[in-house]
Amino acid sequence: MANSEKTSSVGSLKNLVRNQCFIPIAALLLLAVFNLIVDPAFFKITLGYNSAGNPVLSGFIIDIINNGSELAILAIGMTLVTAASGGQDISVGAAIAIAGSVILRVLCGGNARPETLQAPIIVAFLVACVVAMLFGAFNGVLVAYFKIQPMVATLILYTAGRSIAAWINNNELPVISDPKFAYFGGFIPGIPIPTPCFIAVACMIVIGIVLKVTNLRLYTQAVGINQSSSKLNGLNPEMIKVLTYVILGLCVAVAGLIKVSRVSSINYSVIAKDIEMDAILAVALGGNALSGGKFNMAASIIGAFVIQCLTTTLYKFGVSSTALPAYKAVVVILLVIVSAPTVREYFDTIMKKIKISKEVA
Amino acid sequence: MKKKMAVLLTGAMVMATLAGCGGGDAAPAAETAAPAAAEEAPAAEEAPAAEEEAPAAEEEAPADDAAAPAADGELITVGIINNDPSESGYRTANDADLKAAFTEENGYSASFAYGNPAVGNANEDQVKAAQQFIQDGVDYLLLSAADTAGWDTVLQDAQDQGVQVILFDRTIDADESLYAASIVSDMDKEGQTAVDWLASQELETYNIIHLQGQMGSAAQQGRTKALDEKVAAEANWNMVEQQTASWNAENAQQIVQSVISSGKEFNVIYAENDDMAKGAVAALDAANISHGVGKDVIVMGFDCNKWALEELLAGNWNYDGQCNPFQSSYIDDVIKTLESGGTPAEKVIIMDEKGFDASTITQEDVDNYGI
Repeated sequence: MANSEKTSSVGSLKNLVRNQCFIPIAALLLLAVFNLIVDPAFFKITLGYNSAGNPVLSGFIIDIINNGSELAILAIGMTLVTAASGGQDISVGAAIAIAGSVILRVLCGGNARPETLQAPIIVAFLVACVVAMLFGAFNGVLVAYFKIQPMVATLILYTAGRSIAAWINNNELPVISDPKFAYFGGFIPGIPIPTPCFIAVACMIVIGIVLKVTNLRLYTQAVGINQSSSKLNGLNPEMIKVLTYVILGLCVAVAGLIKVSRVSSINYSVIAKDIEMDAILAVALGGNALSGGKFNMAASIIGAFVIQCLTTTLYKFGVSSTALPAYKAVVVILLVIVSAPTVREYFDTIMKKIKISKEVA
Repeated sequence: MKKKMAVLLTGAMVMATLAGCGGGDAAPAAETAAPAAAEEAPAAEEAPAAEEEAPAAEEEAPADDAAAPAADGELITVGIINNDPSESGYRTANDADLKAAFTEENGYSASFAYGNPAVGNANEDQVKAAQQFIQDGVDYLLLSAADTAGWDTVLQDAQDQGVQVILFDRTIDADESLYAASIVSDMDKEGQTAVDWLASQELETYNIIHLQGQMGSAAQQGRTKALDEKVAAEANWNMVEQQTASWNAENAQQIVQSVISSGKEFNVIYAENDDMAKGAVAALDAANISHGVGKDVIVMGFDCNKWALEELLAGNWNYDGQCNPFQSSYIDDVIKTLESGGTPAEKVIIMDEKGFDASTITQEDVDNYGI
């Protein structure tokens, strides 16, 4: 009796550990506990007013959720791309520069310092969506039809993207003075929660519904696991791969809107710099195989917030600027190793051994 | 596809190696690369073998008018090697200034080449472009090098060919005899001017958030140095936070947000460029911390972007240090001197750079110095 109870508790523990969300959540909790011990003020959230007199929430937790929004949105698209094509898109940072540049170009109408917006923001955003999805389709076609390694295919846009972005605005750096444009990266008057949080949540809900009611999950996984067998089952693997890149393009446009809105301007060479690496990392931290196949969307999104939590924690402790990447690297290496499939298998076998030895006893 | 790419890559590497050592035998396939220039340029025939490895058709390869022999008219031919104009507002203004100054109306025939930082090694691009310009027999080579190293051989070639080299904006590690003049910003002085200005505000205590640029860049080092020394020397100067935001507005915003959230007191933001100052101000606004002339927090930026100077004019920021991108008039002076047979009084010419105070800035300053 007692024995069987023990086994079941070991079993449920095993299930918990096996759950893909376990590692990123554990990492998040670990960071939270660390911050709690060192300085409980980390969790303090205060309601204040910004200089325009509107209520705003502030605090580290808000900072993390706010600043992690773009990364979470990108992680959605990157997870799909990874699952279907077994590779990653390294051009998202450059693509954000392009999308952001398009938004500003449409809003400014070629004048770097417009007094008023030349077009509604929604129009600018939709144009940016179309452009970003076209670039996504370009990447997707290279990967799916020309069978180029995703990292090499997207290297093209990675290299050229920021120059294209600069070219779109004639190398000028437009600045938008309309306060409405800053809502998307800041606060809507009267609502104390940063807008990027709402945008990120909306994206999560949309992808949640899409995965629930359509066959997107099944199809991307099928293509990622075995392309030829999915083809034999009547899927069009090329089309599905292109589709995932187009979805990532849409995510890029949304992230681009938030990014340019945050500062109401753009700097082509530094906007969203190295964000592609963080997005890929989010997917990896989520325990998803970077070689494609099955994926867990929630785990990727949590992974994105783990990265942001880490960044904010390091900023909070004022880690010397030159050492910051090194600290980040150490934590990341640990997390990735722990969540690597081989290591998990190793722990699984150890678990099994414990179980067997107990049963024998 | 893969094979082709491999071949291309190998080719590029071979050339890069050759360009890197700047000598050796002519690279294969180079002949096709040397454009019409070879026929037109008078100097091309005497060019040593090394020159013939001129790089594979870069779109930036000098336009044919540059190759027109100088004897043709009074036009002075200049080859201008710069960094990618999309790099920053500074570079855009710099490039526009050069393009506006070296025109045919002003007696110049100019060709431009840029190092593209996105494709690996901008410096190698530039070295190749320089070799091309030398082969084309330009009168003057104007150079803003991406890296400080790797230029000796090219400059030696230039000297052998009688091409005068003038460095602008950035210096390089090469013997002074290899170039005619060097027109640079003194980053240390920029930092010192800013820190002196800050000291002149005579605050009781200085609690500073210091947002640094890309670590290791000349601008970062110069602008950091003066502040570091002052903080170390004065008891009432405290560094609340010193962090690199890599010239990025958004990183700066996050860093300042984080300082505000942790409840630390500060009254100065010393940002090493305008973008970071802007990001910092966004964080201040969100937390309802007043900033600007006569307010709680002093905001300092660098580079004198037009929009930044307008912030100064509106009293939202307090100080902006200039990093002068308008070198063309200095270069023009040097060339005029050299053409008339003289030599520039100084080899290293340091440009005049201002610091603007929000309480004294005028609309005229914004129009004249904004980039």
